[in-house]
Amino acid sequence: MPEEFKAGCARPTGGPVGEPEAKDPEGTTVKEKKEEQSMVMIGRKAPDFVAPAYLEGKFVNVRLSEYLGKWVVLCFYPGDFTFV
Amino acid sequence: MSIDSVFVHKMWNDNELSKMVKGGVPFPMLSDAGGKVGAIYGVYDDQAGVETRGRFIIDPDGVIQGYEVLTPPVGRNVAESLRQIQAFQVVRNSKGAEATPSGWKPGKMTLKPGPDLVGKVWEVWKTTMAFD
Repeated sequence: MPEEFKAGCARPTGGPVGEPEAKDPEGTTVKEKKEEQSMVMIGRKAPDFVAPAYLEGKFVNVRLSEYLGKWVVLCFYPGDFTFV
Repeated sequence: MSIDSVFVHKMWNDNELSKMVKGGVPFPMLSDAGGKVGAIYGVYDDQAGVETRGRFIIDPDGVIQGYEVLTPPVGRNVAESLRQIQAFQVVRNSKGAEATPSGWKPGKMTLKPGPDLVGKVWEVWKTTMAFD
C-alpha cells in the first residue's frame, strides 16, 4: 500500500525506478543508456516509478509496481485546474 | 499525474473536484515535478514544461497494452478507455484464444483466430458492426 509521508517545506519529488544507470570509468553517466530508457512500447513492461501523491486527504508515496496484479490506467495531463 | 505539486493537487481536489465527484478523487493524484516520469513515457513537452494528455492501460503483469496521447485542447473519451480495458480483459481471460474485432463492446461476439478463420471473417463479421 502507498506509504504516507509528512509534508515539509521541501517539495517532495519522485522519479523513475530501475537498474542503476551505467557509469563509465570516469564516473559520468552514460547517455546512451538514458535514451534507451525513454522507449515506451505496447506489449512491453511499463517503466516503474515512485511519485508523491495526494490520496483521500493524505500525502503518500506511490510506486507503480505496487499495483502488479491489478489493471492500471495511468493518465498524464498538462496541469491542475484544467479539464481532463 | 502532472507536474503540479501534491499541495496543488490537494487544493484542486478539495476546492473543485470534490464538488464534481462526491468524496473527491478516489485514486492517487500523482506529482511529477520536472517531468522525469513523463519523459520516460514520452509525454513530457520540455518546451512547454508540462505533460501532454497521455493515457496508458497497464495490465496485471505490468505490461502496457495500449496508450493514447492528445495535445492539451482536446479532452479524452473515458468511455472508450473503459471499453478498451474490457476488451483487453476478455482477451486475457481467454488466454489469447479470443480477439475483439473492430467495434467490439461487451456482449458482442468475439473472433477465435486460427486456420479455420482465414478468409472467413466476412461470413461472421460485417462492416456495420464497426459502427454500432
